[in-house]
Amino acid sequence: MSANVSKVRVQTQDFSVPEEYALIADDNSDGAVVTFVGKVRDFNDGSAVTDLTLEHYPGMTESVLNQIATEARERWPLNKVTIIHRVGTMSLGEQIVFIGVTSAHRKAAFAACEFLIDFLKTKAPFWKLEAGETGKSWVEAKDADEQAAKMWDRS
Amino acid sequence: MINVLFFAQVRELLGESAIQVEATAEINSAETLRAVLASKDEKWGKVLASDKLLVAVNQTISGWDTQVQDGDEVAFFPPVTGG
Repeated sequence: MSANVSKVRVQTQDFSVPEEYALIADDNSDGAVVTFVGKVRDFNDGSAVTDLTLEHYPGMTESVLNQIATEARERWPLNKVTIIHRVGTMSLGEQIVFIGVTSAHRKAAFAACEFLIDFLKTKAPFWKLEAGETGKSWVEAKDADEQAAKMWDRS
Repeated sequence: MINVLFFAQVRELLGESAIQVEATAEINSAETLRAVLASKDEKWGKVLASDKLLVAVNQTISGWDTQVQDGDEVAFFPPVTGG
């Protein structure tokens, strides 16, 4: 029987993809495990980035992430859902976010994983402050992210 | 008292992360709270006038006409950029 477990964590420390994978992939009723990892990349809008600091709204963040996980469950038959988002300062190449979803079939798992990251980027109260060669600047919200989240609107 | 929080650029530009505002009859919505805070001085007026400013009442992103009362937590912040 599926356990239908959701795990939401906001933390400063790094996470281990193999460990998180093992935790969600242990149920033989699931044929599909889809994971996504977001990393700190070395550029944004053509400028070099040296590190990234993530601020969040404690309390509200966890509540929004749980709501997003619940909404994903209402849309697709999911078993395990894990969302881990880091806060604080991260260097180039470091992991920022982990999304892991399991389901009996791949289509639900792929769709739910994409939905979760699209919604997280536009609904969860996290803000990125990038440091580059010319100083620090807050990352502007992208219309493309808003459009991606809107694609999931139910008509 | 209304507990008011500021995040990201809004926090940085105002130089405040949290303030307490006395609940008065004048403050009956997120919009009127914003107006009262914006009237503090030119800097507050400018930062809080941003058309991209978002408001959360009791940790839920809300419309500007959302009711605000004594004991509420109200947060002002720019569009989110996590992930």
